[in-house]
Amino acid sequence: MDFLRPDTLAEALALKAEHPDAVPIAGGTDVMVELNFDHRRPAALLDLTRVAELRQWSERAGVVRLGSGVPYARVIDELGGALPGLAAASRTVGSPQIRNRGTVGGNLGAASPAGDAHPVLLTVDAVVEAVSARGTRLIPATEFYLGVKRNALEPDELIAAVLIPRARGPQQFCKVGTRNAMVIAVCSFAIALHPAAARVAAAIGSAAPTPRRASAAEEFLSGELTAADQWRSPRPLPEPVRRRFGELVAEAASPIDDVRGTAAYRGHALAVLARRALGWAWQDYQDHRDRWGGSV
Amino acid sequence: MSPIRTALTSALTSEVTGGIGTSPRRPDGNLKVRGEFAYASDLWHEDMVWGATLRSPHPHARIVSVDLTEAIRVPGVRAVLTHEDVPGLNRYGLERKDQPVLAEGVVRYQGEPVALVAADHPETARRAMRRVKVAYEVLEPVVDVETAAGAAPLHPGGNLLRHVPVRRGDQAATAAVVVTGRYEVGMQDQAFLGPESGLAVPAEDGGVDLYVATQWLHVDREQVARALGMPEDKVRLTLSGVGGAFGGREDLSMQVHACLLALRTGRPVKMVYNREESFYGHVHRHPAVLHYEHGADRTGKLSYVKAKIYLDGGAYASSTGAVVANAATLGIGPYEVDNVTVDAWGLYTNNPPCGAMRGFGAVQAAFAYESQMDRLAAELGLHPVELRLRNAMAEGSVMPTGQLVDSAAPVARLLELVRDKPLPPPSGALDLRDMPGGVANTTHGEGVVRGVGYAVGIKNICFSEGYDDYSTARVRLQVVNGEPVAQAHTAACEVGQGLVTVVQQIVRTELGVRRVAILPMDTTIGDGGSTSASRQTYVTGGAVKAACAAVRAELAAMAGTEDLSEVDLAELLGDRVVDRTAEYRHRRTEPIAPVTGQGNAHVQYGFAAHRAVVDVDTELGLVKVVRLDCAQDVGRALNPQAVVGQIQGGSAQGLGLAVMEEIRTSGGRVRNPSFTDYLIPTTLDMPPMGVDVLELADPNAPYGVRGVGEPPTISSTPAIVAAIRAATGLALTRVPVRPEHITGT
Repeated sequence: MDFLRPDTLAEALALKAEHPDAVPIAGGTDVMVELNFDHRRPAALLDLTRVAELRQWSERAGVVRLGSGVPYARVIDELGGALPGLAAASRTVGSPQIRNRGTVGGNLGAASPAGDAHPVLLTVDAVVEAVSARGTRLIPATEFYLGVKRNALEPDELIAAVLIPRARGPQQFCKVGTRNAMVIAVCSFAIALHPAAARVAAAIGSAAPTPRRASAAEEFLSGELTAADQWRSPRPLPEPVRRRFGELVAEAASPIDDVRGTAAYRGHALAVLARRALGWAWQDYQDHRDRWGGSV
Repeated sequence: MSPIRTALTSALTSEVTGGIGTSPRRPDGNLKVRGEFAYASDLWHEDMVWGATLRSPHPHARIVSVDLTEAIRVPGVRAVLTHEDVPGLNRYGLERKDQPVLAEGVVRYQGEPVALVAADHPETARRAMRRVKVAYEVLEPVVDVETAAGAAPLHPGGNLLRHVPVRRGDQAATAAVVVTGRYEVGMQDQAFLGPESGLAVPAEDGGVDLYVATQWLHVDREQVARALGMPEDKVRLTLSGVGGAFGGREDLSMQVHACLLALRTGRPVKMVYNREESFYGHVHRHPAVLHYEHGADRTGKLSYVKAKIYLDGGAYASSTGAVVANAATLGIGPYEVDNVTVDAWGLYTNNPPCGAMRGFGAVQAAFAYESQMDRLAAELGLHPVELRLRNAMAEGSVMPTGQLVDSAAPVARLLELVRDKPLPPPSGALDLRDMPGGVANTTHGEGVVRGVGYAVGIKNICFSEGYDDYSTARVRLQVVNGEPVAQAHTAACEVGQGLVTVVQQIVRTELGVRRVAILPMDTTIGDGGSTSASRQTYVTGGAVKAACAAVRAELAAMAGTEDLSEVDLAELLGDRVVDRTAEYRHRRTEPIAPVTGQGNAHVQYGFAAHRAVVDVDTELGLVKVVRLDCAQDVGRALNPQAVVGQIQGGSAQGLGLAVMEEIRTSGGRVRNPSFTDYLIPTTLDMPPMGVDVLELADPNAPYGVRGVGEPPTISSTPAIVAAIRAATGLALTRVPVRPEHITGT
């Protein structure tokens, strides 16, 4: 197995063009597990840990450009204010050691249906910045996940960054696991309120072949909120609305029975998570409407 | 081979004070904390090659043919072996020699070793292993323990491994209040962190030196020598660094395999299992199905208990027989009951082999009998502790086996201690770490209900049923650099529990010296017995104490006085070396009578009680154990800090069985052979513990000690499940309790 060690992004892209079957590796928290179990034996590994530009983040015009090599620990420490949903998801990743190594870029590259960052990225209008020697391509998160562990990258492309608008409304992420820490999601849920656009985004993880949006639930809730003029003058959400929202989120899933949980439990748990997370997000909006400012 | 010397050098540089009753630091503690301690997986030898094991993918199959041609051709491969290459007896086992070193004609569990490869590089060995072509004719696996006895026999003599009946009193007793239940215990794994590993070095005399992580050097040696067809003196074992055991290293794993490869290749051979292979490479805790009936009068006094206990031994016997005996003889718990009808069966199936794990048969029974006690308390409208107090055994009670409990059995006091501890306050300001689900943010209090549960358990300490259970210790005293230095040598395995610390403490107390070196544990000295059954401080501690007494006697003769307190040992010894070896045996036990289960089968009983406080997210089925308090009698705490450590660790392992730890099988296949899906408690799952340690000395035991390691594992599980029941109102008859069991989805 070749081990390719570029120092710059340009070098990395040249190497990727030359070795399209090289598997990029950053923190190694996913790739190394597969190698150790001999589930995967790529012809080459492309080590991105020396490429400094991937390990930086910046913010311009209200959009955070998160380098694909920024570890979860830094997302938690440095971006909790700008990207609360992603920071919440990052807190649930593995152990402190894993959060020091693992990256959002790696989560996207692996595209596991259980990846913790995915539901959040789907709800916050995130865009994946894919680069190759041919140039840059922007792929909305909603178009990025194609199947179980399959994503929209071309063989010569690397993930340079994820572009994520600074939060303009409450965000929540929650995940069920059968242990109180360091556990792979049995199912997960993310919600983001976008008051300026008078819409709600919701997504699920670990409950379908890919992470996915819960569109019917989003439309139902956005419709209810608009009809009741809730964005302008927020009031407590009626229990039937929250409950219906939860049911629609659960209906978005196509879960399976596996060793981590039954399909029936996943559906049930998603409905509970969605109902609760909506409650927390909406309470936040009611309490801090000023902070989220500029709403319709 | 510097790692092997670690024990000696670290002992010489460790703390120099601390006799019994104090808590000096471990001699290997600094190395372990720094990550510098050499575990068996760190062993290295010049010119060594690597061994790998080809395992059966099927739980039950006939081996039609094995073709090694392609594997042997792989460059770098030194040897490829099958059962035909086993020179001695191709069978081993702790109780019955029923397990092949390498499968012969048939495989009986998924993961059974079929062939071995040695190669210059571990990767080469693994690649070559995959080129061994084995043709299997897949057979129907036997997987249901309750019907296994009547299924197609997996071994000559059928699938019933052992039946232990216990009969006491009126077998037709009736009662005013009767509760019945069927309970299940899932297959728990020891989940030690250091995988099976060792290094076999061929010796010039045609024998082999084996450095290995194990729990019992001498029984390993006996089994290895028999399989190699060698006299035992040609097989020499030295303990390497052990990363946890909990019963999972009592059986052989790679011991014979590495020796076979070393003798064939003439090279040192190292074998290390990876995590997945480790799940196939050791026995687990017996899953169990338990049927119970408790009868009591209206005051709650138990009239009778009836139980049928089925323990799934899996494909090979391992220590199933002894596990069955424990489940039967301890099957009604620490209660006085005049009329008892217990039957426990151990069965062969094609599930993974099961054997020793901390608690050893007592764990399974306790989940059932304590669940029953709660059911009975509810039926009678009594507080669960009150019902237990009305039936608690005490010193002077008689076991269902007829054995008199002749030392402290403070069951009532232990229960009262945990009952009377202040309850933790209700959760205050939101901190996700305190919530069921933790930082995964699943509840801010919604659906959360608190529950409290209690349990008490009983465990036999040391080996039972007439086994000649002893240990050997050698203590040597001489002057080094003007100071008397003792060396202690045993074959008793330090597996992480801290025996090395306790041995140093005993020597310091008995001889009044400061410096005590622990020599590497090996088979050049007599048997130390197994590091299991909570027995090493008792038995090896007893042997070290006896060896010290012999050294003292020699010193007294030299000094001309029994009182050495005023004697300068360095001066007295001069250039002389005092070197004494002693054996220690605990009092004899008796076999269990085959039809009635009567007999003085056990040496000593240990007791612990727990109170668990849990918060349950009743909508999501997630559990946060808020508090887990324990009271235990340890006879005498030789090292109080280590005692509390054992109680915390044992309680954590019980918590794991209560809410998460299970090897899930389907048709005999393991579905979760990884730490990704076999979950053990983290620091966010294990709550703070209040621990009360009683020291009611057992006059029969050295220093009055009572085994510590196992009792806290036993009552932890039922206390937690009782608390979950209290929070949810659900029956919850199976452990581990999964979220689905609480939500009903």
